[in-house]
Amino acid sequence: MVSVVYEAPDSIQDAVKLLATSKVKANVLAGGTDLLVQMRGQHEPRLIVDVKKIASMMAANVSADGVALGPAVPSAELSARDDIKAIFPGLVEAAYLIGSTQVQGRCSVGGNLCNSSPAADTIPALIANRAQCVIEGPDGERTVAVEDFVTGVQRNCMTKGELLTMIKLPQPAPRTSDAYLRFIPRTEMDIAVAGAGVSITLGEDGTCTDARVAIGAVAVTALLVPEAAAALIGSKLDDAALQAAADAASAASKPITDRRGTIEYRKHVVGVLVKRAAKIAAERAGG
Amino acid sequence: MSEAQDYKYIGQRTIRPDGYDKVTGRANYAADLALPNMIWGKVLRSPHAHAKIKSIDTSAAEAHPDVFAVATHADIPNQRNPGALNILAKDKALYHGHAVAAVAARTEQAAEEALGLIKVDYEVLTPVMNLDDAMAPNAPLIHDQLFTNGLPEKPSKPSNVASRMEMSKGDIEAGFKEADIVIEREFRTPTVHQGYIEPHACTVRYDADGQSMIWCSTQGHFDVRGSTANMLNIEHSKLKVIASEIGGGFGGKTTVYIEPVAMILSRKSGRPVKIQMDRDEVFKGSGPASATRNKVKIGARKDGTITAMEAHLYYESGAFPGAAPLGPGCMTIFTPYDVENQYVEGFDVVVNKPKVAAYRAPGAPQSEFACEMVINELADELGIDPIDFRLKNAAKEDTQTLYGPKLKAVGLVECLEAAKSSPHYQSALEQGVGRGVAAGFWFNIGGVSSVIINMNPDGTGTVLEGSPDIGGSRASMQMMAAEELQLPIETFTTIIPDTAHLAHNDTTGGSRTTFATGMAVIEAAADVVRQFKERAAAVWNVTPEQVQWTDGVAINANGEDKMTAAEICANAGRTGGQITGRGNINARGAGPSFGVHIADIKVDRETGKADVVRYTAIQDAGKAIHPSYVEGQYQGGAAQGIGWSMNEEYIYNKDGLLENPGFLDYRIPLASDLPMIETIIVEVPNSFHPYGVRGVGETGIIPPLAACGTAVSKSIGIRMTELPLSPPRILKAIQEAS
Repeated sequence: MVSVVYEAPDSIQDAVKLLATSKVKANVLAGGTDLLVQMRGQHEPRLIVDVKKIASMMAANVSADGVALGPAVPSAELSARDDIKAIFPGLVEAAYLIGSTQVQGRCSVGGNLCNSSPAADTIPALIANRAQCVIEGPDGERTVAVEDFVTGVQRNCMTKGELLTMIKLPQPAPRTSDAYLRFIPRTEMDIAVAGAGVSITLGEDGTCTDARVAIGAVAVTALLVPEAAAALIGSKLDDAALQAAADAASAASKPITDRRGTIEYRKHVVGVLVKRAAKIAAERAGG
Repeated sequence: MSEAQDYKYIGQRTIRPDGYDKVTGRANYAADLALPNMIWGKVLRSPHAHAKIKSIDTSAAEAHPDVFAVATHADIPNQRNPGALNILAKDKALYHGHAVAAVAARTEQAAEEALGLIKVDYEVLTPVMNLDDAMAPNAPLIHDQLFTNGLPEKPSKPSNVASRMEMSKGDIEAGFKEADIVIEREFRTPTVHQGYIEPHACTVRYDADGQSMIWCSTQGHFDVRGSTANMLNIEHSKLKVIASEIGGGFGGKTTVYIEPVAMILSRKSGRPVKIQMDRDEVFKGSGPASATRNKVKIGARKDGTITAMEAHLYYESGAFPGAAPLGPGCMTIFTPYDVENQYVEGFDVVVNKPKVAAYRAPGAPQSEFACEMVINELADELGIDPIDFRLKNAAKEDTQTLYGPKLKAVGLVECLEAAKSSPHYQSALEQGVGRGVAAGFWFNIGGVSSVIINMNPDGTGTVLEGSPDIGGSRASMQMMAAEELQLPIETFTTIIPDTAHLAHNDTTGGSRTTFATGMAVIEAAADVVRQFKERAAAVWNVTPEQVQWTDGVAINANGEDKMTAAEICANAGRTGGQITGRGNINARGAGPSFGVHIADIKVDRETGKADVVRYTAIQDAGKAIHPSYVEGQYQGGAAQGIGWSMNEEYIYNKDGLLENPGFLDYRIPLASDLPMIETIIVEVPNSFHPYGVRGVGETGIIPPLAACGTAVSKSIGIRMTELPLSPPRILKAIQEAS
């Protein structure tokens, strides 16, 4: 008899213990919008650890240090948080792009990250914002930058028993903002053909003093593209600088041809997205 | 007569009778029926596009403790049935997803497990995945004994070209000699699916006494009975088919796939069997529409008179010859134009894809796309407004069609005029937006419909009709019965009973239902009126001729006597028995429906993404019985046509395997992808229908292809010739042009 055991612990420690000691396949359940679909047609014994009863997993706190985002906070709740949106509008927009209105009530940034799809919308936005993953496991706590968290297609650096317990977004410098854009052939309910998250810091005279550019859906993992950032830093984000950033992103991308797009198309479009996202982020940073 | 007539009930926007059930979730669809002791059927499908089936070993599956029955092609009793090879493959698997075997087991999971135990020994063959490859010299043959039909001489060698047809009128060469300008272009359209939301499903029971039942989602339960009975040698009287509520069909539910399989499994197991396709199976195993390659050449004089029209059409038929809607493609292509010299040649070609099925105006969108694109290019070259160019050459009453009859009164000119004066066409274009217009023609059909109206003792009536309701026909039937009997619409309830309760009805298709079944309703209602008069006459001791039926009341012409329908019905038992009206007809004279669409599209030149920013559909309804449903048909047709134009296509890999069998990557438009589709109903009555009705369901999918194709071409300044106009294709065209 196949059995699925469901547990809903109320502390990180209990969750880690359950995950670490499970004799069958163990999955963390946040919103479940990926997990439940993946379980369809699977008939193996498994342990489901629902983390929504753990208060810190479901809370998002803004402080002088930045934002401490509980990985299981639903996208709909994030979209309603004007305080977070004021700091990281691009990240909130990325989270808003996931799924339908119904899915928005369940899906979360942490879930999107742990599912580790190459096309995940929030990952480039997190990378652009220097987000850090706090991971707790049987051997204690460690912190990993988001760009190092995902290691392959639906693979990440977490090992058995580990749980993503917090996403830390450091407080950006003054006159900094972000944007995330993705390309899909329709208006919603689709998977990114390419995505770009950009964070821009402007000096008093409008010169770009700092930038982070991350791209998605154009390699096995989202990529941080320092060359694209370098093309922007020191410029006033004129057309030449934006095009140089776009070209750097196209050059850094390593897409595949599949039913969602060709190599040539993805390489081109990811550059267009970087250019456009940089412009939006700069407008936000200046205003 | 209908033009001047005032109607009391038709033409209103009443509340739809099926609305409550659908909104509350109470409606029962194909997958909603479960029976006691029911078991689950699953179909094993070919993992190859083209393969010889050397052997099928089902012994391990049969030995599975939860398996009740296994079926292969050998279990089909009537092997000569032409559809049997698509139901379960015999010697060859002809496309990725072709049904090869089936099992029935206690649970879905056990059935799935058992599928894995069936051993099929395949010899994989080279797949033939498109027209070019299929017609190449030395192409692998899909059928060893397929010799092209319709050539002047029988070919000496088999090929993948199943048939050729041609049609002509006038003198095509003389026509081109008269032309000042001639444009010839070749166009391609992809394999597309109807995209109905409800997957195929059925629950089937074969009893020990030989009685059997099918519950399924279909556009024609009488045809489900006919084909299943023929394939399995069952008498029609012993097979009852119940049509469930239907979640979309668009032509794709006019054939059987799983119903005969479930019946075989039920007969073998002695249990009711349920089979439900998942979305993946729907895309792989049902019938999409033909991909095509069409060349069109049109000549015109400087004054805008078209002198000659020529086309060469190539339609994929899927893996079985003769399935392509080539005839309609050839017949419709030039019908919007009153041009003497026309020539069309067409080819039906087999490829390793699913057997194509009907899709809304089958065959017409592809061929008319090619024609309308060239018409628009000619208009530009001649410097004439595209609507004026069409008006100058428009088909009208007495125009001789290429395919046979002269047209009766039709509404093309009226649609073009309505388009020209529409707020949309009169509006200025924003920078970067392209505008396209296109016309569309579809014949519509009539056919066999059988209707009964049972009058109840309280004076209400039940309309029994046999056309599954895919577009609101129950409301229209109710309204037409009300009109004919001059009784309030709420007097009538319309139901679609099973095949045992009515004589045969043709399938809901060809936009025939409101026209043909509507005429049967009118005839049945007239039959009721006749009997009402007889009953009143008997009570008043006068002749029926002396009784008038006015405003829903019998009036004695010789006196003051009046009798309501309720009074006649309440008394019916004492005046000769209960009253039933009957209308069993073969409707002739379906009036064609012409349409004209206007599309405004803006292309993002950096990404190639095209957004439809404004869209208007104008079409002739003859007489709109329920205008909201008519508008819904226009909008639905436009939405599907826009999808066909912009993003929908079957994507196969190099091995001929379908890569996008799901709505995530087979992109039908979402509500947010479309603007509100504006509609204009034109009414030029069809003289064959008492109220002037024309079918409206199909024409609306035809004009979008060229309207969108032209709008995109204008937005980017490059003439596009291949659908879909997906972002990568548009971007490539822009990059190559610069």
